[in-house]
Amino acid sequence: MCGIAGTAGRFANDDSIKAVMRSMIGTLHHRGPDGYGFFHDSGIALAHARLSIIDLVSGDQPISNEDGSVTVIFNGEIFNYVELRAELERSGHRFSTRSDTEVIVHLYEDMGLEFVQRLNGQFAIALWDARLRRLILARDRVGIRPLFYCVVRGRIWFASEIKALLAALPQLGRLDPFGVTQALTFWSPVDPSTAFEGVESLPPGSVLEFREGVPVQTKPFWDWDFSDESREAEPDVDAIAAELRELLIDSVRLQLRADVPVGAYLSGGLDSSGIVSLIRGFTSAPLRTFSIAFEDSEFDESEHQREMVEYLGTDHTTVRCSNSDIGRAFPRLVYHAETPVVRTGPVPLMLLSATVRAEGYKVVLTGEGADEVFAGYDIFKEAKIRRFCARQPDSKLRPTLLRRLYPYLANSPVASTAFARTFFSQGMEFIDSPIFSHVPRWNTSRRACSFLSKDWRAAVSDRDPLSWMDSRIPARVARWSPLGRDQYVEAKTLLAGYLLSSQGDRVAMANSIEGRFPYLDHRVVDYAARLPSRLKLRVLDEKHILRRALRGLLPDSILGRGKQPYRAPDSRCFFEDGQAPDYVEDLLSADRIRSAGYFDAPSVGRLVDKCRAGRVVGFSDNQAFVGILSTMLVDEYFVRRNPSDVSIPTLAAI
Amino acid sequence: MDESRQIRNFILKNFLFSEDEGSLSDEESLIASGAIDSTGVLELIMFIEETFQIKVADEEMIPENLDSVQKIIAYLHGKRSSQG
Repeated sequence: MCGIAGTAGRFANDDSIKAVMRSMIGTLHHRGPDGYGFFHDSGIALAHARLSIIDLVSGDQPISNEDGSVTVIFNGEIFNYVELRAELERSGHRFSTRSDTEVIVHLYEDMGLEFVQRLNGQFAIALWDARLRRLILARDRVGIRPLFYCVVRGRIWFASEIKALLAALPQLGRLDPFGVTQALTFWSPVDPSTAFEGVESLPPGSVLEFREGVPVQTKPFWDWDFSDESREAEPDVDAIAAELRELLIDSVRLQLRADVPVGAYLSGGLDSSGIVSLIRGFTSAPLRTFSIAFEDSEFDESEHQREMVEYLGTDHTTVRCSNSDIGRAFPRLVYHAETPVVRTGPVPLMLLSATVRAEGYKVVLTGEGADEVFAGYDIFKEAKIRRFCARQPDSKLRPTLLRRLYPYLANSPVASTAFARTFFSQGMEFIDSPIFSHVPRWNTSRRACSFLSKDWRAAVSDRDPLSWMDSRIPARVARWSPLGRDQYVEAKTLLAGYLLSSQGDRVAMANSIEGRFPYLDHRVVDYAARLPSRLKLRVLDEKHILRRALRGLLPDSILGRGKQPYRAPDSRCFFEDGQAPDYVEDLLSADRIRSAGYFDAPSVGRLVDKCRAGRVVGFSDNQAFVGILSTMLVDEYFVRRNPSDVSIPTLAAI
Repeated sequence: MDESRQIRNFILKNFLFSEDEGSLSDEESLIASGAIDSTGVLELIMFIEETFQIKVADEEMIPENLDSVQKIIAYLHGKRSSQG
């Protein structure tokens, strides 16, 4: 794991570019505290900040091929590097290191741009081909590792995080109204959009080619694909469960590859418990696990975590998280996420990774991805029920099914069936669109956009975010099964944009921790996508086939447990007896809101009063509050100031 | 302050974060216009119970009773006359 940065185009290899590269990579120190590496030549500069995990001795980057014509820097892991290396050596390549980085170089020599097809891993790669004078950027299939870029006057700049781009190009420090609108609606800007004007995120599963004087080309090399979903009437469920288990074992085995010890997160739910049980059952790796416990019982799962720890006999550490811990650490989260967020959930994970690091670990396996791959989320059930109701709109009985959703919420939106029916019947204009499942969620979130200032509302008035999203989904998706469509939209929005980013890479790398996700091995993703929908969501039993595959490895209480999505307390973290930390009062003061210009000061004032009085209970007000506060923090760190002058925020005083 | 104004002000301030009385008419559907979201209904019911000293029964939590300022007023009248 690491941080990368660089630039290509027409420029001289002189001292000034070296200073710029040092300032860029300096902002990514948290991603790679074990040393810097640079490569400079005419028209190309590459910088790398290293977190040593594989080949601690000779794995420094950049790494070049035998004759120095291909040079690569990368962030992430190539899990199948052992197999690839053996293959490449058989075909005559000579390796000078033991690192996974070097297989990229030789694969590229053999395959050109197709090299990415062979990689099983999580990566953001920058590769310089001196002969063709072209720069290649590539990003892993589902979007685990970040990569941002911009083209300024014919020259490309790229980096693992936007802050490194801003260090080189301070003029990019301007928020984009539609990027922020996306963040408030979809929980993150959707690739390639970012919250910053002129900065793009390389979409997951794509390769970018830059040659001087030629327009930038971006080509997808992989995508979530449900077109081959089996329609078999009576699939052999036992055989499928057994095959899936083998695949998961192999994925875990590959992802345990490291020259440092590897830990695991344990939430108490099916997904992470499954990973830990696979490590225990099928590898010899020592079991070191970590979890979060909440002071607030609505969010706490520690009882289930204890049960798993006892059952599996792991060496376990629990991080206890109070509401004020979240309020204090929030500025630091936004510094790392560098985008507006509408939930506080990433903060406890950032506190958790700090503990993992303090315990001497650099790598953790997690259960992230299982809900997307095997259809675990309530949104999939909700969509199924909404489609079922839509077929008989007058049925009084069908909507009562909605009551089976959200049993874990203190203030459930389905408490009243009559109202639930009305709410969930919204979005019928999208009934045939792939985004149908997500319309209620996005309608709740987008209420935050009503706080935007008059100027900003005018700036985005020509683009309705839901219709915009609808138009961006590839046409083939509409031909898939309803569940396949819903899974696709979830994977391309919440997973890539938020869960793997603000709540994944950024909060782990904040403490120099690398997360690994066995359920997101592309062989697992592709395999699950071909299974019939009803083996994933069987009636309303989510992740059915995964439960079957893990049978015998976990106690029945965990196997049979309903989904409790990970959440953290929101606006209440920022007020204690009506008092907020200074940074909250400053950033949300009427003067500050007015001078920033993004939001309407009187409306924000009323929302703050409601939060202060403890009267906020619903998702939309909470998300609006967190979204506004985080936007103002982004403004503070990246617009008003330049990240090369900002030190990483410490925890705020309460 | 008359009751419909009281209700409208609550909705404006609490859900729309606005003081512009023109932005919500008495007839407008609170759900369709986006004025309240799914959990907003619970807040609205709490407000009605506290302010008007009544108890909203489970079976009364339906859009026909609560989905506009006008409907809430009609519901309150009905509730009082059936009790009186």
